[in-house]
Amino acid sequence: MFNAFQEIFSTLKQNKLRAIMTGFSVAWGIFMLILLLGSGNGLQHGMENNFRGTAKNALWIWSRQTQVAHEGLQAGRRIQFTDEDYDMLVNQFNDDLSNISGRFRLWGSGTVTYKNEYGDYDLEGVMPEFQHIQIVDMEQGRYLNKIDLEQFRKVAIISVPVKKALFKEEDPIGKYIHIDKVPFMVVGTFINPERRDDEQIYIPVKTAQRVFNGGNRLNQLAVSTNALTVAENKRVEEAIRSTLMKRHRIAPEDKQALGIWNTLEHFKQAQGVFMGIRIFVWVIGIMTIIAGIVGVSNIMIILVKERTKEIGIRKAIGATPWSVIRLVLSESVFITTLSGFFGLVAGMGLLAAVSMVLQNIAEGNPGIERSFYNPTADLSVAVSALVVLIVAGLIAGYVPARRASGIKPIEALHDE
Amino acid sequence: MSNSIIKVEGLHKSYRMGTSALHVLKGIDLDIKAGEMVSIMGSSGSGKSTLLNILGILDGHDRGDYFLDNIKIQKMNETQAARFRNNYIGFIFQSFNLISFKNAMENVALPLYYKNISRKKRNQKALEYLERLGLKEWANHLPSELSGGQKQRIAIARALISEPKVILADEPTGALDTQTSYEVMDILQEVNKMGITVIIVTHEDDIAHRTQRIIRLRDGIIEMNKKNGHFQAAASSEVFSTT
Repeated sequence: MFNAFQEIFSTLKQNKLRAIMTGFSVAWGIFMLILLLGSGNGLQHGMENNFRGTAKNALWIWSRQTQVAHEGLQAGRRIQFTDEDYDMLVNQFNDDLSNISGRFRLWGSGTVTYKNEYGDYDLEGVMPEFQHIQIVDMEQGRYLNKIDLEQFRKVAIISVPVKKALFKEEDPIGKYIHIDKVPFMVVGTFINPERRDDEQIYIPVKTAQRVFNGGNRLNQLAVSTNALTVAENKRVEEAIRSTLMKRHRIAPEDKQALGIWNTLEHFKQAQGVFMGIRIFVWVIGIMTIIAGIVGVSNIMIILVKERTKEIGIRKAIGATPWSVIRLVLSESVFITTLSGFFGLVAGMGLLAAVSMVLQNIAEGNPGIERSFYNPTADLSVAVSALVVLIVAGLIAGYVPARRASGIKPIEALHDE
Repeated sequence: MSNSIIKVEGLHKSYRMGTSALHVLKGIDLDIKAGEMVSIMGSSGSGKSTLLNILGILDGHDRGDYFLDNIKIQKMNETQAARFRNNYIGFIFQSFNLISFKNAMENVALPLYYKNISRKKRNQKALEYLERLGLKEWANHLPSELSGGQKQRIAIARALISEPKVILADEPTGALDTQTSYEVMDILQEVNKMGITVIIVTHEDDIAHRTQRIIRLRDGIIEMNKKNGHFQAAASSEVFSTT
């Protein structure tokens, strides 16, 4: 191995400038590939930040007015979910669903006050299972639990912006806030990664129904499925849709009355787009590298021509064709891998720098992390780039190596 | 053919020149014993270089038989030919054919690289051979820094290092002045004394007369093949000291 390196070095030293110029084209190709791949990753991370906070296989179910008259009922009827719909989901879709939560939103239910502070916040009654559908990070205390629900406890968890508005520096846990003059004990504070700045308060759904005259009504249903594939998720979605439509006597052709947002489907669609982008990036990157390969190959052919006599001598004193091929190939691979490595390091370095700058910007401006975030090329990208380089070196060396091995010693030694 | 190192029977070789074929060797019979020193003479176009190329397995022949060390050399692939050359034959050329960017020691060591001998060992052996040829202090010099005679001595060291059975020399003194030519011939005679068969292609009579046998080619056939009456042994054995 070392022997071979000695051979490569002694010949490359002869053509230093040329080797460097040739290497530059390959380094540039790899540099661009890494930059492009990193940017693709950045876009993808930004997109994934948009989905963070929601279970990937969540279904969000809401109701509207009917558009089509059906079974003697007029169009324009408002569909209202109730606890019975929740019970139906629990009973009929137990196998397909991992978490089910009814949601009861409080609109215009008055202000929330704590001591002298007050404000209007987004108020919602949810079930403990909701934490697995709309995923939030608990900052302090705990999420709502089953006992809160069963015993109609007047407890609440508040988002960090609410805490800041009402409590300032005070510890909110165990304190009472008043929602429409009804006292609720704060048991936890949370951050919603999807909507960091939103002022949200969650209370147990049954408490919300009882205290705020909700009866058994629910506004929305949210579930997460056990599905792993889009098709499976879609099947569950359709099953739930048709069951609910039958229960509420909605015409099958009525597309408006019932809304279901299939997170997995949209997530996969977005992922598909990014897969496309990634393929596109690879294609462009490889095109750039091909330009480099042609350059290296070209130079190597010239080098081989110049070294015809030397190769002839080597053959006369016992070099086999294979050893000549190896000589040329290893030189070509050496040039491409070494220069490609420089391009790789430069590209990775630039990405790391950009990533750091973006992180600093994101501190003050959360919007950026949803569009472009953490544009790194990971190890697997670096490894595949390296593989591409070696293959590139081999391809670049192939034609010149074939020429070199075809050199006949008598002809090579003849011209003098 | 007990001790013949090179035996050639009815050897033919022609080159295709466009549509017509150029018949270069028209039936050569040759028997060179191990340890002989032979010169091949002839005017240009007589086929002497072609014969040397065939003997050196740099080129193939069309018809006839060629035995090298009692092994029949037939059409073989390049890899096999390279092995034969590496193991049996040392070449010496008129234009020395040293590799310009390698120093004297590396040039001498090169055949051993193709025998997969480690760098340390082959450099050591190369230095040994350079010392025997009185060129040890030139080991780290590039060929361009050496005189013609020195270059040819390095080429001889390179030919010897793989311990070949036959040395094939193509006009080894063609590019040298008379004095240096004689020195080179002294060395080749010393080499021959070690038991290595030496075959020299030359068109200079005084060089041919330093060999035991002269073979004269004309138009692709052997015109004359006889013992050299004027054979002169080496003047002294100081040039090439066997150690």
